Amino acid sequence: MIAPHPDCQRIVITGVGLTAPNGNNLREFRESLLAGRSGVTRYETRYFGETVAGVCQFDELRYQSRKVLRRGTRAGSVGIYCANEAIRDAGLDWENVDKSAVGIYVGVTEHGNVETEQELYQLKQYDYDIQYWSHHHNPRTVANNPAGEISLNLGITGPHYTLGAACAAGNAGIIQGVQMLRLGECELAICGGVSESIHTFGIFASFHSQGALARHEDPAKASRPFDADRNGIVVAEGGCLFILERLSDARSRGAKIYGEIVGYAMNSDAYDYVLPHPERQAECIETALRRAKLSPKDIDIVSTHATGTTSGDVQECLALRRVFGDNGHTLFNNTKSFIGHAMGAAGALELAGNLPSFEDRVCHATINLDRPDPECSLNGLVANQPRELPKVDTILNNSFGMLGINSVVIVRRL
Amino acid sequence: MTSAEIQKAILDILASIAPDEDLSKLDPQKPFRDQMELDSMDFLDIVMELRKRYRVQIPEEDYPALASMNSSVEYLLPRMKDIPAA
Repeated sequence: MIAPHPDCQRIVITGVGLTAPNGNNLREFRESLLAGRSGVTRYETRYFGETVAGVCQFDELRYQSRKVLRRGTRAGSVGIYCANEAIRDAGLDWENVDKSAVGIYVGVTEHGNVETEQELYQLKQYDYDIQYWSHHHNPRTVANNPAGEISLNLGITGPHYTLGAACAAGNAGIIQGVQMLRLGECELAICGGVSESIHTFGIFASFHSQGALARHEDPAKASRPFDADRNGIVVAEGGCLFILERLSDARSRGAKIYGEIVGYAMNSDAYDYVLPHPERQAECIETALRRAKLSPKDIDIVSTHATGTTSGDVQECLALRRVFGDNGHTLFNNTKSFIGHAMGAAGALELAGNLPSFEDRVCHATINLDRPDPECSLNGLVANQPRELPKVDTILNNSFGMLGINSVVIVRRL
Repeated sequence: MTSAEIQKAILDILASIAPDEDLSKLDPQKPFRDQMELDSMDFLDIVMELRKRYRVQIPEEDYPALASMNSSVEYLLPRMKDIPAA
């Protein structure tokens, strides 16, 4: 059960900064998840028209001037807000932190589509005369932009970059933070994922063309993983960045510790552009469990990835049934049912939403599960109402993405 | 446009580029960059906004003429005199 690493190699979460469609910090987010409060609303976007989406309402000007806000990107803003909130939450003496020893690792599903669509839209007003193309386009669309804006905002001179990992990106950012701390590349990692995806029409149009965009008269009921009446993904924006430190450093400064990252894994399906592969997903989960020296029945809560697509939810359930079987202990929930699919932020947000269960000993539910799909049957699926538990020691967080990218992170209470 | 209208047009552009700045005390004789936070990318925004809003083309070699309010108005007046104020 005990991780084989010395304390200087054990990595813990000491801060959380987030914006979700139903909360702008962990306390608000958790309250919404326990109250069954959705963050999905009606939304209208250029060319596509009316749809539903998870929209964030964080205060952009809390950590940015209006001038800098204008210069940067929405993804950068989300990142800056989350990073500042995480640093504050971690109780760090930020003035005296060595900024050259801080690493920024931000998972993104994609970056640059918002800015490119916007530029093309404006260029159309000038009959596509390229002399009206903005000189801001390149710094806004380079792939490191969201991480780079955090570096500029906080004066961090250690490494910064993004990790393009489709919808596995939130976990990928966390995993990168763990690895860089273990390698000694940084003393403190700011890591997780962000997404500004609702500001492109393309993502809605593409999911729609794929027959995978959710629709429902009541926006709050549109995101319904595992339900027989699910009809696709609700696109959401959001962000969640964690402060990760070595256990020895966290203890020496008396930091509040949310939990230890005791296992992780990433692998590839090598199977299809969009269709998931349950065998590879199961292998990814098993690898993470093996590294954590845990068996499936040691996991208290599995935070599922399911997005509400017809096929994807079934495939993940096949993987989960293969690994967890009917062990009579493990519970399963789904955070996308509340906020939609926050893409690059999804994995990090969904882990964050579950972290307070170590203290409040409640497993939040999967909402909108009115007619459970028999093909998605999971013994232990927490439907519609949160469930109280004697204790919660371990959370396993799934996050999968297009092109067959799988990621799993396991966190244990200390 | 008159000199006063061009001055207002420039102030409007500066306000959109640097919304946190108090432009009421801008000295028209002094360079903008001595009085406000304005880097090279911001300066290019002035050129771009003049192009977008008034279709005024400013070749790169003339950029120094846009250093201060007075030099900008002097440079732009012959180029914008036939443009109606917005």
